[in-house]
Amino acid sequence: MSTSTNLVALQTLVRREIVRIMRIWTQTLIPPAITMTLYFVVFGKLIGSRIGTIEGGFSYIQYIVPGLVMMSIITNSYGNISSSFFGAKFSRSVEEMLVSPMPNWVILLGYVTGAVARGLVVGVLVLLIALFFTSLNVVHPIITFLSVLLGATIFSLAGFVNAVFAKKFDDIALVPTFVLTPLTYLGGVFYSINMLGEPWQAISRVNPILYMVNAFRFGVLGITDVNIWVAFGVMLVFVAGLSIIALTLLKRGIGLRS
Amino acid sequence: MTSTPALVVENLRKTYGNGVEALKGISLTVQPGDFFALLGPNGAGKSTLIGILSSLVNSSGGDAKIFGISVNQQRNEAMRLIGLVPQEINFNQFEKLFDICVNEAGFYGVPRKIAAERAEKYLKELRLWDKAQHQARMLSGGMKRRLMIARAMMNEPKLLILDEPTAGVDIEIRRSMWQFVSGINAAGTTVILTTHYLEEAEQLCRNIAIIDGGRIVENTSMRSLLATLDVETFVFDISGILGELPTLPGIVLRRLDDHTLEADMPRAQDLNALFAALSANSITVTSMRNKTNRLEELFVRLVENGRHDDATGEKAA
Repeated sequence: MSTSTNLVALQTLVRREIVRIMRIWTQTLIPPAITMTLYFVVFGKLIGSRIGTIEGGFSYIQYIVPGLVMMSIITNSYGNISSSFFGAKFSRSVEEMLVSPMPNWVILLGYVTGAVARGLVVGVLVLLIALFFTSLNVVHPIITFLSVLLGATIFSLAGFVNAVFAKKFDDIALVPTFVLTPLTYLGGVFYSINMLGEPWQAISRVNPILYMVNAFRFGVLGITDVNIWVAFGVMLVFVAGLSIIALTLLKRGIGLRS
Repeated sequence: MTSTPALVVENLRKTYGNGVEALKGISLTVQPGDFFALLGPNGAGKSTLIGILSSLVNSSGGDAKIFGISVNQQRNEAMRLIGLVPQEINFNQFEKLFDICVNEAGFYGVPRKIAAERAEKYLKELRLWDKAQHQARMLSGGMKRRLMIARAMMNEPKLLILDEPTAGVDIEIRRSMWQFVSGINAAGTTVILTTHYLEEAEQLCRNIAIIDGGRIVENTSMRSLLATLDVETFVFDISGILGELPTLPGIVLRRLDDHTLEADMPRAQDLNALFAALSANSITVTSMRNKTNRLEELFVRLVENGRHDDATGEKAA
């Protein structure tokens, strides 16, 4: 296919994903907003007010807002692509794409763009809600945006890989429950890893979510537990690695073609 | 100058991971503009063949060329030429009909404005336009089948593959579907059809391949195939008191009940002699029909012969 036809195909796929997100907005946009409001109320206001200031002189709620926003972005990007692509497999509508002349990279990019879009919309919603509880000044807007983009992309790709392998709906719930949630909670969302002793600090550094949360926190607050360049390096490596895995799966038709 | 065949299948093989050999080296050619029947019993390998042609199934050997373009080597270019109506419903039931069609065109790189025009055209032709803004799950079974035909037409394919498109569809809708597909074929689109309704294949298709056990057991024109049918069986509804049955050379007459006769007749023999003999015995024929569809009779015979040959071949080996 030529560049222009690929672009049409990509636009079609992205539009379809966004229409899907908007069609079921009560499932895609409202739940994360409610969940995060509860986090802000319970952890930020009720418990946070007793904790006082944390790293860099920020109040506890100010400290956890970037982490919670990133957590929303990650889980929603992941959830969007895994449920959408697995749903397409389940209903066999994925065949519409598989029999079309669309290259695999267009299919992947289309789904990832849709998932990143949901992540960004949810991220903005949660950030707006956070402003009802605390004040925030974004210190490094470009780093903030790039960290959101990379974080959402990484977990969109991971969700896609999960959906390719999944054979039943339970399979797309397993990873978020047993992998994503623990990694998120232990990824420095609610605390600084500087508060941990060894070996927990070292163990925390192998958690990719730590780098995403801290890159975003650096963008918003200007503080981080990890070197910002290392954080971006780790994220780029994950984007590249997961893209290669996803494209290889599509090329070989694993879970898609007989 | 000869035109490029619409489809050339060369020694196509498929062995699934569980060891089932679905295709055992199939070769066939479909000419452009043809209305081609691909028939076979359940599990014969038809859907596997269609799966390979539409790239949903990876072949284990051989190749298929769509208008000269290899499915193995130039998949994307080959897919651009195909429209597929699969056996199973495979659209998102929560999407609107119009969106399903427009998105399908988009996947083929058709700009949205043209896609919208085509969606309107084909949904109208398949009598679905009034449902265009409804979710697909609201449709009846026949409507869903028609939607899949409309969707397959969105890239205006040169080769339309229909895999049992009328399964479970009532006769009226079936006829309207065939009217549409015949029109598409008359306009130049090559059509490959698999169906278990053999009278459809007999009426619509000019050429035929019968596949069984992963092998082609017959590949010829419909006319040639039907000409090989040496004996036809007719059923006569009769009135009057049924006494002695007339005896005619070459014709086997059987009494089914007091109102029905059955006759096995060589194709070369005319019916006038039989009618005359019946009339002479005071038997009045009120109506007559073929006992079975002619193609059905041949189909069963060819498949059975193929299996018999396989069995004796295995014993000989």
